[in-house]
Amino acid sequence: MKVTAGSHTGTGTWLVQRATALVLALAMPVLCAYVLAAVPADFAAWRALFQPQAMRAACVLTAAALALHAWVGMRDVFMDYVRPTLLRLTLYLAVIVILAGSVAMLAATLWSLP
Amino acid sequence: MKFRLYRYNPESGEPPFMQDVELDIDRAGTMLLDALIAIKAQDETLSLRRSCREGVCGSDAVNVNGRNRLACITPLVELKEPVEVRPLPGLPVIRDLIVDMQPFFRQYRSIKPWLVNDAPEPEVERLQSPEDRSRLDGLYECILCGCCTTACPSYWWNPETFVGPAGLLQAWRFIADSRDEASAARLDHLEDPYRLYRCRGILNCVDICPKGLNPAEAIGRIRTQLVKRRV
Repeated sequence: MKVTAGSHTGTGTWLVQRATALVLALAMPVLCAYVLAAVPADFAAWRALFQPQAMRAACVLTAAALALHAWVGMRDVFMDYVRPTLLRLTLYLAVIVILAGSVAMLAATLWSLP
Repeated sequence: MKFRLYRYNPESGEPPFMQDVELDIDRAGTMLLDALIAIKAQDETLSLRRSCREGVCGSDAVNVNGRNRLACITPLVELKEPVEVRPLPGLPVIRDLIVDMQPFFRQYRSIKPWLVNDAPEPEVERLQSPEDRSRLDGLYECILCGCCTTACPSYWWNPETFVGPAGLLQAWRFIADSRDEASAARLDHLEDPYRLYRCRGILNCVDICPKGLNPAEAIGRIRTQLVKRRV
């Protein structure tokens, strides 16, 4: 059967991967430095660390960038190694659910802090 | 000098095997192709491709001690013994060191390796400025030996959908050509998740090219064009 590769999505996903890599390269050291500057010893200190709305937003945005970056990477791995369409779609769906669920859970956790 | 040669004769029904061969040959100034021809003189069943014997035709590309090279420009003094000679990886073996290049050329054909220009033909030729001509340097020299494409893991995984470094180098050669009028269509053709974007920047192609060309740079330039028209 003829192989028909198509859909003009290559550049878009490539840009997403590069852009999110840039966001992660900038945000991760800043977030790590922020936490390491005052390593929380107990729950009260940990809560205080994540109390500012800006910190919460930065964490969720970084996690979203990480999820998008991981999605493109996992999609590439599946495209290379998983050929049966149904299995590949199932794996795509599983990764999307796990990544989107993780980001949603992080947001819910941060904004549910007492 | 000791050699280990990949042997396979589909007509025999036997599986492929490595044959140890010892050859009395003066290494100084001698190329691997000379040794292979000398071995073939002893055992005429050994099959290999060769033509120009000076690194121009690209027909004697083989895998030597794990590295794709042109046998005719590979000095014996550079090689560690036993010299293991195999056919190019990633392509079907027809016999011994001869591979079926059809999958490689199918991808090459897919990028339409010819000038597309519907303007009326000029009296003499389509002229280029020296600057426009210089953009083709490092691109037109490709001899299509297949060393780069068959060293690319992305091509091994996706030989039917990924164009491969040699094909993409040629794609850029025509996109960059001032006389070609089909650049947009060429870019359209490459913009899908497979044809160009399976390149993961492994850079085996750059490391291995016997002509010293840089397919990864050409791929990067195509990608830049794709991004430029997107944003």
